[in-house]
Amino acid sequence: MSLNQSFSRRFFLKTTSFTAALAFIPKGVRSIYEEVKRFIVPSKDVIPLMVSINKKEYSIKADTRTTLLDLLREDLQLTGTKKGCDHGQCGACTVHIDGERALSCLTLAAMIPGKEITTIEGLSEGDKLHPMQEAFLECDGFQCGYCTPGQIMSAVSCVKEGHTGSVAEIKEFMSGNLCRCGAYNGIVESIQKVAK
Amino acid sequence: MRPFTFNKAESVTKALSGKREAAQYIAGGTNLLDLMKKHIAQPESLVDVTTALSNKIESDKNGIRIGAMVRNSALTVDKNILDDFPLIAKAILTGASPQIRNMASTGGNILQRTRCPYFYDVTAPCNKRNPGSGCSAIKGDNRMSAIIGYSDQCVAVHPSDMCVALAALDASVEIIDKDQKKKSILFKDFHRLPGDTPHLDNNLPDGALIQSIEIPQNAFAKNCAYLKIRDRDSYAFALVSVAAALELSGGKIRAARLASGGVAHKPWRWYEAEDFLKGKEATLANFEEAAEIAVKGIKPLSSNGYKVSMLRGAIVTALEECVN
Repeated sequence: MSLNQSFSRRFFLKTTSFTAALAFIPKGVRSIYEEVKRFIVPSKDVIPLMVSINKKEYSIKADTRTTLLDLLREDLQLTGTKKGCDHGQCGACTVHIDGERALSCLTLAAMIPGKEITTIEGLSEGDKLHPMQEAFLECDGFQCGYCTPGQIMSAVSCVKEGHTGSVAEIKEFMSGNLCRCGAYNGIVESIQKVAK
Repeated sequence: MRPFTFNKAESVTKALSGKREAAQYIAGGTNLLDLMKKHIAQPESLVDVTTALSNKIESDKNGIRIGAMVRNSALTVDKNILDDFPLIAKAILTGASPQIRNMASTGGNILQRTRCPYFYDVTAPCNKRNPGSGCSAIKGDNRMSAIIGYSDQCVAVHPSDMCVALAALDASVEIIDKDQKKKSILFKDFHRLPGDTPHLDNNLPDGALIQSIEIPQNAFAKNCAYLKIRDRDSYAFALVSVAAALELSGGKIRAARLASGGVAHKPWRWYEAEDFLKGKEATLANFEEAAEIAVKGIKPLSSNGYKVSMLRGAIVTALEECVN
């Protein structure tokens, strides 16, 4: 980490693997591929967007295909929001759109101008963690931690919506967030703690 | 995803005039984006209708009108829905996850595509995705498939829970076509059976928009239930579901509604069973006989025979829940 802040592991892996892959393709094949691609693949459409993430405004250009999840992670380097299934089945990418929990993988970036997005990075105030983040730490609401940002964003909404009447109710209203480690008991405990 | 152009329509008029043939409307996006990522839907452009369509729930003495852009979660907390049409809220709460219900629109819920695994598998033949290619489910994995109303072309089921409740309550779909003509389609006529055209899910004309759903006033609020049986307790599509509603008067059934999800290409109404219940006492014996009438003559596929007895039990249980 301290090696070089501007030269991330992500960048290194991407660049080296791409260069290595290119070296194996003969030049002739590559040029034919480029020609064919031009006919088959329609050109991408890039549009300007003004988006508001964690109370900060960003002016950014993005491919129309960009999901909110990819915009956060790839363009704004807000990598706290995780990509799990990318198909709306696991909840790892849960963020708040205008204060309501939603899946960023099934939201087009082009559809969020005018909306306020809150991600896990926007939950704490400076160094002061959100009560739900504190509760997850205290109750062991996670193991590997990959689903945790989505779990916490969803848990905050679960409390706000008032679905904490019983363990069964919490489980039902957290069913959109999967945890492969099975830290569910700790997650339910965390929510009960904050709901009190 | 294939590249596409993106436009936001500020009004219904602009949405209708801005939609070219290879374009698709987008609202909640929870189904369409998934299909686009899997290259099942490949629109050349998207028309965002989230601002153009109404997100209001309006009620009067005749019934309730739900704007096409009302989010599914909004319906589960609306006072008028909970007081007069609780079956809608009950059905919606059994479907999807809180996140998806926050995103999904009423219009989009009705238009969602089937979850048949072969429809999603672009390497497998599927008449719904690729007309004429064949149906993989008929002789393949069909434990989730239809048991009634299917054809030799397609055995897919409609995945919505909300639609089952809407079918039971005799809702209508208010649409506006591309020539700006408004039309009302009864819910029972909105979705299609697969027949020889399984690629068509419903009778919404090309380029038309759903503007709202209307549900006529009824007396079912006190005695209704939605029962959904699925592989896991939450966040799964129905194997079989039953929407049941009774209008009772001194222990006698004045009117009954029964509809099911997970059994057909469209939300399925059990009219004969409804007729049987009318005028009868609300007893377990009558509920059992109604269930028997519903499942009579059903011919399941190779791997979903279990659905018949499951359905029979679900109908009885849902009717019992109505009166308990």
